[in-house]
Amino acid sequence: MKQPLIQLQNVYKQFGSTVVLDGVNLNIYKGETTTIIGKSGVGKSVLLKHLVGLIEQDKGEILIDGTPLTGMKTKQIAAFRNKISYMFQSTALFDSMTVFQNIALPLEENTRSGKKAIRAKVQEKMKQLDIIGIESKYPSQISGGMKKRVALARALVTDPEIVLFDEPTTGLDPIRKSAVHSMISNYQKKLGFTAIMVSHEIPDIFFISQRVAMLDEGKILFEGTPEAFQNSDEPAIQQFIQGLTTRHDDLTGVAHQTQGEQRFKEALARFNRYGIHFSIILLTVENLNEIYHQDVHAALKNLAHQAQKITRITDTCSRYGMNRILIILSDTRYDQAKKVCAKVVDGIKLSGGGIIKPYPEFCFSVSAGIAEVREGNRMEDVVAGAESSKSIVYEFNLC
Amino acid sequence: MVELGKMELENKKSPVAKLGELTLLYIQELGSIAIFFSKGFFLIFSLPLHLPRILQQIQFIGTKSIFVICLTGAFTGMVLGFQGYYSLVMFGSEGFLGSAVSLSLIRELGPVLAAIMVTGRAGSAMAAEIGIMRISEQIDALKTMNINPIRFLISPKIAAALISFPLLTALFDVIGIFGGYLTGSILLGITPEIYFSRAETSVLMKDINGGFIKSIFFAIIVVSICCYQGYYTHTRSEGGFGAKGVSLSTTNAVVHSCVIILVADYVLTSFLM
Repeated sequence: MKQPLIQLQNVYKQFGSTVVLDGVNLNIYKGETTTIIGKSGVGKSVLLKHLVGLIEQDKGEILIDGTPLTGMKTKQIAAFRNKISYMFQSTALFDSMTVFQNIALPLEENTRSGKKAIRAKVQEKMKQLDIIGIESKYPSQISGGMKKRVALARALVTDPEIVLFDEPTTGLDPIRKSAVHSMISNYQKKLGFTAIMVSHEIPDIFFISQRVAMLDEGKILFEGTPEAFQNSDEPAIQQFIQGLTTRHDDLTGVAHQTQGEQRFKEALARFNRYGIHFSIILLTVENLNEIYHQDVHAALKNLAHQAQKITRITDTCSRYGMNRILIILSDTRYDQAKKVCAKVVDGIKLSGGGIIKPYPEFCFSVSAGIAEVREGNRMEDVVAGAESSKSIVYEFNLC
Repeated sequence: MVELGKMELENKKSPVAKLGELTLLYIQELGSIAIFFSKGFFLIFSLPLHLPRILQQIQFIGTKSIFVICLTGAFTGMVLGFQGYYSLVMFGSEGFLGSAVSLSLIRELGPVLAAIMVTGRAGSAMAAEIGIMRISEQIDALKTMNINPIRFLISPKIAAALISFPLLTALFDVIGIFGGYLTGSILLGITPEIYFSRAETSVLMKDINGGFIKSIFFAIIVVSICCYQGYYTHTRSEGGFGAKGVSLSTTNAVVHSCVIILVADYVLTSFLM
């Protein structure tokens, strides 16, 4: 049986009268990426700080390779901290130092490398993270996204064995976010470090994590593979997965158009970088703009509901314009997309168009178009491709 | 309910009990500051030495304070020259102005005023800088990088203060004596030879050493209190992890430093006399 590298046993932490960790049990395995997810303010960052000894637990044990962290001698703690890196949510860059000095600091203080070797190493990391040219700038002179990448470079410059990432992609644009995720994943595979990440980026984290742990009300509610997490029947987990509800379009209940566009960009970046194909389905309520009856809007809602029911967690379903629902099917070719589309259409037919109360001269139709992304395509091209291939899949009329 | 009970109990305490509690808290904090200083002081000598950081701090605490020290030193000496002259002239002993100005400056005003000026200029900045580093998790970041924050941040400041304070005090004294000469001799007509010869004969090595000893103690007081207030910004009940916490730490650093400088000055003077 695989032995965990880090074990949290019944860890309990209270701040004043607020219990943050209420008996946390968690295993972190060597060479894996474990992502801790959970609602905001649930104590994920606090949990991460326990692992590096920044906060000490009130009760329970944290074992590092079987040795309790609290019982470690100063030299053992120093040796452990030399193996570990922490990327702070707030970046925690030293504002009185330049970007170069920030990244070089752990090497200067903890290694016997010469100035040339340190410079070379820092520049290598800066190149990999696309932050060349800002060496002499201070953190206050660079953007939030750049700060994140500088913090990431500082965390990785010592080639650590364990890296803790506290929301590494918050505030980054989709392409950068995708780049950072793929970089963490690539580095993890290449260097074999153990990554522990706190993130809200669902579903992106499922692509790069071997294990997912969900923290809820001070306890680990779930610990296992991303697949098992997505398939879990636990209501709190399902609620969390669908927890983007607060950011959903009021009418349809699916993501906003901007979110759909962002997801499209991320999928396109993955396609361009790794050749992961994806397809889209564009569902249109054809005459929504002409009819100002609430039932038609209910039909659009039903359409979105049917589309969302059929899509996987890695897919995205968003509103696209006034009368359209866009489904982005990740890792899906055209033929597979056709099958998914057929299922959506079946769902619409079975539900009879939703809660429509028929009345004279009321008619509306739903059309569906499918397109697979090809090289050099922009979003407009793919949507235009789907538009040109669309056909009426459902008609309702009492004309 | 328990909280409410505690509050009621708190209100029922007599003023004497409250004063006692406050005194105990203050003494406790002074003990913590002493431990904090000792840690920082001994870490100055841990290898490899942080010489560039010490030089950087000497520049910040020492070099950048020169202008303020010169300005305040000159005006203090000039005021002493005026006041001393008009007091001494009543007894027909204005010839002793050189002695009066130089002894007051070297024994008392030089170390005290120089320390207070550096507290205002560099001490407040130290408290604010470290406080901001604390609330923006930069100190935690140092810990995770296996860098001792006290050795990295506090020790160079202690070393720099111990070097800078006596030098700044000496500068304050010299400029002050010159200021006294400007008013006493140039404006009020005392012969320069008399002013300087009186100053030279009346000032003993014991007085100069006493002034330096005071300035070293004041350096310890200022750097310990200011760095301590910034370093533990997050532990204060009010303002903790925020701008208010940093502002309170800075205010406390300056006020506590100045008060303790004056108290320590009295104690040291009584020992040195």
